[in-house]
Amino acid sequence: MRDASPAKIYALHVGVIALLFALNFVLPDYHQGLFARIMALAVFAMGYNLLFGYVGLLSLGHAMFFSAGLYGAGLTVYHLGWGVAEAFIAGIACGALLALVIGLLALRTSGVAFMIVTMMFAQVFYLLILYFAAWTGGDQGLVVQQAARTLNLDGAPLDLTNPTVRYMSALALFAVVLIATLAVVRSRFGRVLVAVRENEERTKMLGYDTVANKLAAVVLSGTICAASGAAYALLFGYIGSSFASVQYSILPLLWVLLGGAATTLGPLIGTLFMYYVTDITSGFTSAYLLIVGVALILLVLFAPKGILGSIRQRWLGWLP
Amino acid sequence: MMPLLTTKGLSRHFGGLRAVDGVDFALMPGEIRAIIGPNGAGKTTFVSLLSGRIRPSSGAILFDGADITDMPAYRRVRLGVAYTFQITSVFANLTAFDNVALPVQRTLTDGRSKGQVRSGVMAALERTGLADRAGTLAAHLSYGHQRLLEVAMGLALKPRLLILDEPTQGLADSEIDNFVVLVREIAKNATVLLIEHNMPVVMQLADRITVFNSGKILAEGTPEQIRANTEVQDAYLGATHG
Repeated sequence: MRDASPAKIYALHVGVIALLFALNFVLPDYHQGLFARIMALAVFAMGYNLLFGYVGLLSLGHAMFFSAGLYGAGLTVYHLGWGVAEAFIAGIACGALLALVIGLLALRTSGVAFMIVTMMFAQVFYLLILYFAAWTGGDQGLVVQQAARTLNLDGAPLDLTNPTVRYMSALALFAVVLIATLAVVRSRFGRVLVAVRENEERTKMLGYDTVANKLAAVVLSGTICAASGAAYALLFGYIGSSFASVQYSILPLLWVLLGGAATTLGPLIGTLFMYYVTDITSGFTSAYLLIVGVALILLVLFAPKGILGSIRQRWLGWLP
Repeated sequence: MMPLLTTKGLSRHFGGLRAVDGVDFALMPGEIRAIIGPNGAGKTTFVSLLSGRIRPSSGAILFDGADITDMPAYRRVRLGVAYTFQITSVFANLTAFDNVALPVQRTLTDGRSKGQVRSGVMAALERTGLADRAGTLAAHLSYGHQRLLEVAMGLALKPRLLILDEPTQGLADSEIDNFVVLVREIAKNATVLLIEHNMPVVMQLADRITVFNSGKILAEGTPEQIRANTEVQDAYLGATHG
């Protein structure tokens, strides 16, 4: 945070949100849908980044927080017939509670053990979804009917399956989480989180209860990821066990590494980049994953701090 | 007057090694105390026990009358026990400003100081002569400045007891002179306990000196008494007497 003028930083972030808002009106249908998906998943990446980028805790189990939100929202609509707003809150609450419990257990470890423990819990979560297939739909998943995905605002129904409503809903969530993360990382709490990443022992000797701070970060990160999952279920209408698989724990890590760990806008850029590289290359060849892999290797070789991390290092030191 | 800090039979064993062995120690409020002793005498282990970085094998520590033996390090810091590291451990990837902001915001949260983070940080940086380097990454500061930054962080904690572990190590002579002035300045508001190898610095600064040898206190007294103590000369100062 060198020579950071708060006005400039907030202007940049509001500018990005405004740009995404404007894109709704110019993007072709297909890309409008893709962008809505990317914004919802960028929230997942931002939640992951808070823990991985700023606190330096590498979790390999964040799929469980995402799917806690996904199932928490999806199942309450599907089985209990809850409204969209209530279901969204239920999804977030499930993720927050799960993150608190997992945090209390997993933070007894650090480093590689933390990766293994979080991964193990996520596998348990994944297997539970398959085990309770009668309610969750197992590996087939469930489709939340279009009729159930309508938000009632004082009698004015908002159909979340409408492309523009969906885009704007994803953007609203993205905007709230982006500004919230920005505020967190610029706060006193954010400064302590970075200090824990840099040197936990030293941070303790400055009077900080580092375990309590890490727990708060796990809960915040898990809650944001759950919000992403809940929004995904309600906006795209499908909940499936693949979202709880280990692949979805690794994806946010890749998005964040690509975009730039510990940058507020990096998760969006990383998610956007990955989606479009996959999308474009799969149009040419069935071996598109090979090209994605090559792109990743090139990036690690030439920009190890990710796209935005490298830009910050070379040119824009003030980026948060 | 009641001592600010007392230890009773304080011990720490590492396997068979008695790094600190049944130490009874008392520190009066407002004094500057130096701890000296040969390498491996247990000095750093002793102050690590005081700061809470390591737990004692046996014995008790009292700070301001309260038993803090089992208190975690971060809570001792909040009571006013600050520790600066022997090996410089500033946050290399943070600016000097952010390094000092961490202790400043701690004292604000605890209600032990008032005002803004920024003004508190700049005050601490000015006292250590680093104000014009506030925006520099700690990693880009010279070694001497990193040591001063370490002291600024200790100062910003508003300590009642400031423990300095070999603060002048690696400093140039000119920097050492400034440092002596700085410690005198700090001692107006706090009790200072320093481990130091540089004897001229010890003789200039210390009100009293405690000599450690093999995990025990060998001698304690004013600089003159210690200078005249033949046992100390044998153990530590070595060749100076015949």
